[in-house]
Order: sequence, then C-alpha cells, then structure tokens
Amino acid sequence: MAAEVILLESWSCPFAMRAKIALREKGVDFDVREEDTTNKSPLLLETNPVHKKIPVLLHNGKPVCESLIIVQYIDDTWGRESPLLPSDPYERARARFWGDCVDKKLSLGRVVWASTGAAQDAAKEEFIEGLKVLEGELGDKAYFGGDRFGYVDVSLIPFYSWFYTLEKLANIKVGKECPKLEGWAKRCMQRESVAKSLPDQPKVYDRVLERKKKLQGR
Amino acid sequence: MAEEVILLDFWPSPFAMRVGIALREKGVEFDLREEDLSNKSPLLLKMNPVHKKVPVLVHNGKPVCESLVIVEYIDETWVRRCPLLPSDPYERACARFWADYVETKTYSAARKVWPSTGEAQEVAKKEFIECLKVLEGELGDKAYFGGERFGYVDVSLVPLYSWFYALEASANFSVAEECPKLVAWAKRCMQRESVAKSLPDQYKVYEYMLELKKKIRAQ
Repeated sequence: MAAEVILLESWSCPFAMRAKIALREKGVDFDVREEDTTNKSPLLLETNPVHKKIPVLLHNGKPVCESLIIVQYIDDTWGRESPLLPSDPYERARARFWGDCVDKKLSLGRVVWASTGAAQDAAKEEFIEGLKVLEGELGDKAYFGGDRFGYVDVSLIPFYSWFYTLEKLANIKVGKECPKLEGWAKRCMQRESVAKSLPDQPKVYDRVLERKKKLQGR
Repeated sequence: MAEEVILLDFWPSPFAMRVGIALREKGVEFDLREEDLSNKSPLLLKMNPVHKKVPVLVHNGKPVCESLVIVEYIDETWVRRCPLLPSDPYERACARFWADYVETKTYSAARKVWPSTGEAQEVAKKEFIECLKVLEGELGDKAYFGGERFGYVDVSLVPLYSWFYALEASANFSVAEECPKLVAWAKRCMQRESVAKSLPDQYKVYEYMLELKKKIRAQ
C-alpha cells in the first residue's frame, strides 16, 4: 500500500517548514494542503481538535501534531539510515534540549505582532538574546550536532526565512548580531531540503505586512 | 564503572518530581540534592547555565536539563526495566503530544490559579479546569494514559496531584467534583512506590504556597 503523507500547513509558518525539511531529508513524497488560519478547514479542526493549529502531519490518515513531535515521528518512521537525531542517548538529550530552547527563547510572534513600541523593544531584546545563546551553542561547528545536519538545525533554520521581516519591522540585523548563525544558515540553505522548504524572505515580509493591514483594518 | 546519578531537586517542583518518578520506576540509585532557589548552588549554575533551573540530572558528571527531556533520557539509558514510552512511532508521537499538552497548557494554567485573585482567578481557574477536562477525556476509561501500563504521560501529569489541595483551597473548587476519573487515576498512580515516594504531601505543598503568597504580597 502506498503511504499517504499529507501536511496541513501555511507556507510562511516556520513550524510547518520544519516538517517539510524533515520529510525532504528522508526523501518522503508528500502532499501539502495550504490552510487559511483565519478560516480553518474542517480537516484541520478534525485532525487537531486540541490546538486547531498547523502543522499537522497525516500519515495514512492518522494525525501527528506539534512540529518537533512531527520531526521526531518522521525520524522514527523513515530513513533510519540517515537519522536526524543522534543514536547516543546523551547526545539525543542535548539535541532535544536545544530544540526545546529554540521554542522557548525565540518568540517571533511577540516581536512581529507587538502592540506597543515598549512591548516590541522588550520582545526584540529577548529575541536577540535568544539568538546569541543559540550562536554560543553552535560555536565553530558546521551544524549544531557537529558535522552532520540534524534535529536542532531543522528546528531553527526556518526562522532564517523571517530575518528580512525582523530587520524591516524590528530593526534586528541578525547578520550583525550573530554572524556565525548567519554563516550556519547559509550553509543549511545549500541543502535541497531546506532551499525547497523555506520561502523567499521578502515574500514572508509582504505576507506579514498584508496581515498587519488586515488586523488594523478591523 | 559505578554509575553516579545526582538529581538537583526542589521538593515542591512538579517538574523535579517527574524525574524522581522516572528514576524510581527504573530502580536507579541516585543522590537527591535539594536546591535553595533563592541561593542557587554553583553546581546548578554550572550544570544548567542556560535556564538556571531545576530539575537537572547529572549522570557521571554530564548534565541533562528540562524535565521531559530528562525523562526520555532516563527511558533510553536504563532500558531493561519499565519502558515509559511505547515502541511504536505513532504511539510515541501521541504520548509526546499529551505530555506537551500537560506541559504547555495545563501546568501554565495551574501556575496562574494560586497567585491570582478575584476575576483574574476565576478566569485562570476556568482555564485550568478546562485543561483537566481535556485530559480526562483523553484518559477515558483506561487505567493509565497509555492503556494498561503506567508510562510517559502519567509521569508528566501525576506530580500536579500534589498541588491539587493548594489549588483547590486558593480558588475554591474541587478537582474530584470536576474530574472524578482523573482523581481516580491519580490515586491509582499513587499506589506505585515510585510515585508515592516522589510526591510530597499535599498539605505541605499548600503551606509552601501560602508562604510564597506572603512573600509575593510583601514585594
């Protein structure tokens, strides 16, 4: 039976990009269904009733939700010969810790949708601090896990597609604040799985502006 | 080589309790070190420089941080006894999903209940009870979240049971009334030695919460 793999997503959503990168790394064929998050499909509401959020991975009809859980599921299910997570339990724990750190330290939402200048300033400072902590962990390695592209890289690289937006909206110049991180991002972008999964940075910015206008119009 | 396992702990922390339960389920001998969070030890700051929080598991000198990451590490390291996560990838994804729900929704809702008052507390209480009801729905009539066997989701949630009395007293509600199946499940878990040994007495937690409330008001 051919496996049916569908990803419910939104093209500018970094969490959905994680799933796409992982699927492409494993060479898995999949369909994407674009969701309008302001008008959620019955399928999304049925497959993720708890959070009603994308991404949702549907594998032979069974839903997996939460981006890092999806990435681990993909790693457990396909391409065991090219794992995203290391095999050693301690190294796996480190990778999970840093994946979790990306989520805890980088709140795109708070920077981009901040209601006031003061709120944005605070969010911006925290975001830059988060990037610096991650850059510290990367150090001089090619990737977060060492020589091989893996789980932590997958969890963070989607944010690269938002760098231009961050610069225009919040004056965060990632290249200036974290040059090593920018170098790492460009290295990741040379991988087909990443290049195919990340939208153009200006395209993301246009989409965010559109959304902001709509919100202000209400 | 003899194993050295240290748990940097804080007795009221439900996150730290998760680790205690997991270690005890696996029959691992460990050294429990109680931290004073107002005066963090050099070891804690060295082992968890990023978050500076408990729990931290130090295994043969190497630190593992973040309670659910630690629980998975324990499960993958001491494999012979009591697997906490299922072996099937889909079942594992489901277990991780529900542990994440406990972590990101339920614990954060609980944290808003006890320090608040008035209308804000009513809102927080409603949110918390809603989370418990979702979890109770997921539990259904099963003995444990994963089915017949005690596992990962149970470990992630049951520490909150030690806080039920404190939460109920501060916001005037009864978990047993709202979610009887969940309380029955918690009592079933408490019959396990690993859980009974890792959870503090509910009244002790209540007194701790009162002390904390006084300190907050004084600031």
